[in-house]
Amino acid sequence: MAGDSVWVLGASMTRFGRYPDLDAVDLGARVCLEAFTDGEVTIHDMDVMAAGTLFQANTSMGQRIQKQIGQTGIPVFNVTNACATGATAIRTVYLAIKAGEAEMGLAVGVEQMGKMGLLAGGSKVEANLYEPSGRFGAVTSVDGVLGTATMPGVFAQAGMAYAYENDGVGFEQFAKVAYKNHLHSTLNPLAQYQKEFSLEEIMGSPIQSYPNTLLMCCPTGDGAAAAVLVSEERLLSMPKRVQKRAVRIAASVLTSDPYVESGQVQPDVNTLTRNAASQAYESAGIGPQDLDLVELHDCFATAELIHYDNLGLCETGGAGDFIDSGAPFRDGSTPVNVSGGLISKGHPIGATGVANVFEVTTHLRGEAGDRQIEGARVGLAHVIGLGSSCGIHILEKSS
Amino acid sequence: MPSVQQVPIVDYLRIGARPYLRAAECEHCSARYFDRRNACAKCGGVEFSNTRVSNHGVLRSFSIVHRAAPGIPVPYVSALVETNDGTTVRSNLVDCPPDPEHVKLGMKVRLTTYVAGIDDVGTECVAFGYHPN
Repeated sequence: MAGDSVWVLGASMTRFGRYPDLDAVDLGARVCLEAFTDGEVTIHDMDVMAAGTLFQANTSMGQRIQKQIGQTGIPVFNVTNACATGATAIRTVYLAIKAGEAEMGLAVGVEQMGKMGLLAGGSKVEANLYEPSGRFGAVTSVDGVLGTATMPGVFAQAGMAYAYENDGVGFEQFAKVAYKNHLHSTLNPLAQYQKEFSLEEIMGSPIQSYPNTLLMCCPTGDGAAAAVLVSEERLLSMPKRVQKRAVRIAASVLTSDPYVESGQVQPDVNTLTRNAASQAYESAGIGPQDLDLVELHDCFATAELIHYDNLGLCETGGAGDFIDSGAPFRDGSTPVNVSGGLISKGHPIGATGVANVFEVTTHLRGEAGDRQIEGARVGLAHVIGLGSSCGIHILEKSS
Repeated sequence: MPSVQQVPIVDYLRIGARPYLRAAECEHCSARYFDRRNACAKCGGVEFSNTRVSNHGVLRSFSIVHRAAPGIPVPYVSALVETNDGTTVRSNLVDCPPDPEHVKLGMKVRLTTYVAGIDDVGTECVAFGYHPN
């Protein structure tokens, strides 16, 4: 008898990088068709679709992709949730299946950023006449005067706050995270960059927002990823070879940031991740020690380090020791970001949260090629969108 | 000769003889906000009163920003300060060399103000920062 689990049936992603001759619709359509082929289904099997993009959020992305892959009249949810956009698309389809309104659905995330450069913080605007405006009655632009709102700086501050509260965390520990992810990316043909850098090169590359140097920051880029989700009942009606490659979603969680005192000046990326992790572990009936691999949101090296603690991968306060011990390297006890992570695989924002589900799925199927984590049975995919949202999916190999 | 007009860079900075930051404090749970709130994000209370935030605190986190939007002078130190009365404030650390040898987590800091710009009619914009105490 079928349970009520939801499964990943098919998945695909483009290599992340630069696609100046294609548009976001092309990238999205390509991965949707590939995900159908991967799951041995067609658009006619889909009951629902969710499409995630951040920078083209008001463009009916899902419907525009349908015009390239098949307009069957199914409901489309166009979703956006900052860097958690892709995970939100997956969770939307998951919920539709859980609710019994759909047997099968398509989640796609896509972004075309080009060389967008530094995100957030705005530009320097000198006022001709000082007139208060906005919620804070600002008379001129405040970025760079009342601290930083840019992403490398905000996440640097998140990391340094952890360093203030915990011993054994400093510039070198943060840099080791980037060393690891660049190293891992050399095995991933889908990564935007596939180049190893020494720790010295990473620490010596231009400082963006100390302690984050250039090689400790994710790039901007283009890319797309898609996943086909299916109910257990429908899956059991499909050919054995399809069932065998399906991966069970043991947990699907989305949280927002609860009130914390400092939240009005510094987005809190910790509490919502901790809340999501505890819900996800409870739902999956496992603990962090059971994870064979983790793809987490390393938009900056400082972010990855604090998420070791937020996801319970290390002892409380022990993220510095965790990276120093080698545990998150691909040959360590808890491989983290074996894809190269956002730092080197890339971070086309809307695609990221689907791409890390693709990555974990590929390992659990044993199809990850040179970067395969041997014998992987359980993996976790995590994303954070500032504002804030956290998405976590725990996936399990079919038994 | 009329004195130079000055305006604060944001309305929660109160300038004058003894500058300070003003917060709206929830009358139910004492959570503080630098902007207006329809209801308290912590407890849902809807009554607020203005309060004065301590000018003294410690450096809880920072980043030394070397890359910013065009026109913003770099490097500068973006600081998260926890005031002695428990409110977190973000601003620049000033009067301190912007390098990790001089900027130390946990260092005591104090609010300061300075003229950050002047507009076409000669009005000065007063900004706040924190300097080592």
